[in-house]
Amino acid sequence: MALIPISLKVNGTRFERAVEPRRLLSDFLREDLGLKATHVGCEHGVCGTCTVLMDGEAVRSCLSFAVQADGCEVRTADGLAQGGKLSALQQAFWEKHGLQCGFCTPGMLMVATELLERNAKPTKAEIEEAVSSNLCRCTGYYNIVESVQRAAELMQEGAK
Amino acid sequence: MTATFPKHIPAEGYIPPSRQQEPPRKSYKYIGQNLKRVEDPRLLTGNGQYIDDIVLPNMAHAAVLRSDRAHARIKRIDTSKAKALAGVYLVLTGAEAKEMTGATAQFASPPVVQYCLAVDRVRHVGEAVAAVVAENRYVAEDACDLIEVEYQDLPVVVDPEAAMTSSGDAVLHPERGPNNIAQHRTFTFGPVQEDFAKADVVVKRTLRWGRSGAQPLETVGCIAAYEPGSGKFTMHTNSSFLNYVGWLVGASLGVPASKLNLIPCVTGGSFGSKLFTHKVMTLAGTLARAAGRPVKYLEDRLDNITSCDNHGSDRLYRCELALKRDGTMQSLRFQVIDDYGAYFQFGVGTHGNSLCQIVGPYRINSIQMELIAVLTNKCQQGAYRGFGSEVTNWMLERMADAAADELKMDPIELRRRNLIQPGQFPYVIPSGNLYDSGNYPAVLEEALRIAELPKWNKIRDEARAKGRCVGIGIATCQERSVFSATEFWSLNGTENPGFTLTSSPESTQIRIDPTGAIHVTLGSPFWGNSPETMAVQIVAEQFQVDPSQVNIVYADTQSGFNSTGPGGSRFTVMIAGAIVGAAKQVKDKLLRVSGHMMEADVGDLEFRAGKIGVKGVPGKEKTIGEVALFAHYFRLNLPAGDAFASGLDANYVYDHPLTTMPAADRSHLGIFYPIMGHMCHLALVEVDPKTGKVAILDYVAVHDAGTVVNPMTLAGHIRGGTAQGIGTALYEKFHYDETGQLVTGTFADYLIPTLAEMPPAIRVGHVETPSPFTEYGIKGGGEGGRMGAPGALSRAIEDALSQYGVRCDELPLTPRKVRELVRAGEKR
Repeated sequence: MALIPISLKVNGTRFERAVEPRRLLSDFLREDLGLKATHVGCEHGVCGTCTVLMDGEAVRSCLSFAVQADGCEVRTADGLAQGGKLSALQQAFWEKHGLQCGFCTPGMLMVATELLERNAKPTKAEIEEAVSSNLCRCTGYYNIVESVQRAAELMQEGAK
Repeated sequence: MTATFPKHIPAEGYIPPSRQQEPPRKSYKYIGQNLKRVEDPRLLTGNGQYIDDIVLPNMAHAAVLRSDRAHARIKRIDTSKAKALAGVYLVLTGAEAKEMTGATAQFASPPVVQYCLAVDRVRHVGEAVAAVVAENRYVAEDACDLIEVEYQDLPVVVDPEAAMTSSGDAVLHPERGPNNIAQHRTFTFGPVQEDFAKADVVVKRTLRWGRSGAQPLETVGCIAAYEPGSGKFTMHTNSSFLNYVGWLVGASLGVPASKLNLIPCVTGGSFGSKLFTHKVMTLAGTLARAAGRPVKYLEDRLDNITSCDNHGSDRLYRCELALKRDGTMQSLRFQVIDDYGAYFQFGVGTHGNSLCQIVGPYRINSIQMELIAVLTNKCQQGAYRGFGSEVTNWMLERMADAAADELKMDPIELRRRNLIQPGQFPYVIPSGNLYDSGNYPAVLEEALRIAELPKWNKIRDEARAKGRCVGIGIATCQERSVFSATEFWSLNGTENPGFTLTSSPESTQIRIDPTGAIHVTLGSPFWGNSPETMAVQIVAEQFQVDPSQVNIVYADTQSGFNSTGPGGSRFTVMIAGAIVGAAKQVKDKLLRVSGHMMEADVGDLEFRAGKIGVKGVPGKEKTIGEVALFAHYFRLNLPAGDAFASGLDANYVYDHPLTTMPAADRSHLGIFYPIMGHMCHLALVEVDPKTGKVAILDYVAVHDAGTVVNPMTLAGHIRGGTAQGIGTALYEKFHYDETGQLVTGTFADYLIPTLAEMPPAIRVGHVETPSPFTEYGIKGGGEGGRMGAPGALSRAIEDALSQYGVRCDELPLTPRKVRELVRAGEKR
């Protein structure tokens, strides 16, 4: 199969690669770039576990082709912690017991990242709306909502 | 303590003495704290190392061709086009695989034979027919598309009652005999006939529990490597029971356990469905050996949902509950037909499980169960949070509600009247199992207090006055914990039980290194629970050290020993037992060594905040690090003899705390699941009778899991389990049509609750009745939420739709099903 050259930025690093047009973005990130935080749960866009940000917008990487990310800036949960330190969002998930098995967590983190970048002080209903896009089989979701609320607080404190 | 026994069980010597070494205390330093989970930082940063994150040099990828037929003979398979595709290393059919690999592990007795790839015949949609190994998964799937299979269709059996009379070509496993009945036996515990004869009222119901399953977001996978020289397999696996039954995979592959090392990894959820994963390991091993290079096989969602071997119970009950006029329950008898699907890996283990709490929290004097296990053209059953007991909980709660309706009693009052009382423990139930401790009225009252029931009643009444359908439901249920293995064999024919008394132990190694850091090795993996956090809190309590001083290591099967794994809500209790045993040996040695260092009597020493000191002499102390350094490097300054051998370490195997043999005639099953938790769930729901949509307005769950190690993580299990219970009750169903096609084969059709389906909150309460048999009095609590929610929700919906005279006797109560009930009610 012919390979298509693509050029994109992932978590701040520029990559130039050639991929099959059918190669999924999720596989490209995980296998070609070795970025393992993005997990794949259902492979047809329902569960949201594979959510990444493409130019700031949450997308299902299992339903996106790598070629679609050509020229884009992609962010994954691998890039959240900086300098070996958990981000405020990750810290909040830890404090509020926002994860159990941790498999859906990267998707939840990216959904929350998108929300908090657009809306630094979301209401509980706005957080619930965002979180309800993804499946979690362990937690019953409440602690995820609380984690995002706590992250918003931590980020406000950090901004002061 | 005075135990309570049913008349048909001889009390003398029935209950072995407790082996508890650490009695429960009034307060602890680390146990009972909401310690943040030790596991989380690496999971939050993408460093979990789940099975799909592991990459081996030269690793190839496998894909599986699955049957699109429910029941057919395989006439011919042509793999030539697939083999010719560039990048394909290997194509293997079932017949070819059978030449090198035996049947998969079986726990039923007698077994129903299954292979990792179907041989000659497919028995359900999704059954593996052939496998491809290629340079990547894309090519492997391309090659699957090029395999040509010629089938000869056979009659399809999907209805469990029809399966009872199957014959001829509709029989799935003709070598077993001429029908699809895998087991048919009646068990009687206590004077059922007499109790029914004395009853004032007999309440009858037919109940149908639909098939749902765990469907964790991570599927099952294995990376297998084979060394042709040594003949040794190494496998990375997300199995939970690798140190328990992993060696059976070696048996399938034809190698001894000395040539099979299973390496655990972090697992993205199981809820029971990854206990064994032996079929996937057996397949990956077969492919790796045949392909001559490491092979990764990871199920995709379709593989998992059609063929995970872990669909949940699928039962039809015909029940009769005998009561006195005042609502006192006397006896319960039922027929249950359970649709096990195409294979029978665990036999009727899910009914063995059910029988450990078959009277629920109620003083029911006798029980009769006619069990009919049938085989049909569906994915086989396995484990899902509750392992069959969640179904009997629902059945009992449905019968309690039915009795309340017929006797015109308040369902809460009827339950209150029948609860086993706090002074009656330990309480032996008719099936022989023991309930170790409990305070069921306290759990009920705490739930009612949290819910503020008068407020709920007001909400319901006001809504009804406006024509809205609001209802309240209750469930008071048992939550057995600490799995042993009796359930897997006690219901087998006594002429061929398959096993005898089984301990299912758990082990640990505790080692203190020269710096004083404590390394704890677990023989069981992380499956989404909190094994590291549990172990850290208990070790910190034992040594009175800061949790940051404790490091957790997971053993592979080559280095691990005698562990069972998480499952049956056992891990926290069992690892606590192992830690207490190992810690005692290490602490004794620390005291011996530090006694010499400080010239003090061992009896005068105590552990205090990371140090060992002389009682009553502040300042006269050594840190654990100082003692550890001495014990490691300066042993020759200490007395001769093994008691002072260099180093500080101990292994300990903790056996199941309390389990005994069934009666030879099966008039009782012995004590086999006695660490008994309890719960009360209350639900307030609104039903839209026009659409059938159920909205949960409020929800309360109070659980008693004995001494709580970490209230935060226990509450996580309760809420998460309740979410799964909501799914089972209202949304989730593996629906097979009459041709055996699974029509809910994706997450777009198999509906797992999102946050939008959840109540605004699940308000959780804890009551703590410590176990007299486990260390610190801990009980398990991993499955609870799913074991209570279906009962509470069924009643709440029934109550909400009371004007339609609705009975919620079938799950799931999907909007469509609720509409059916309303429509039928409107016609009446």
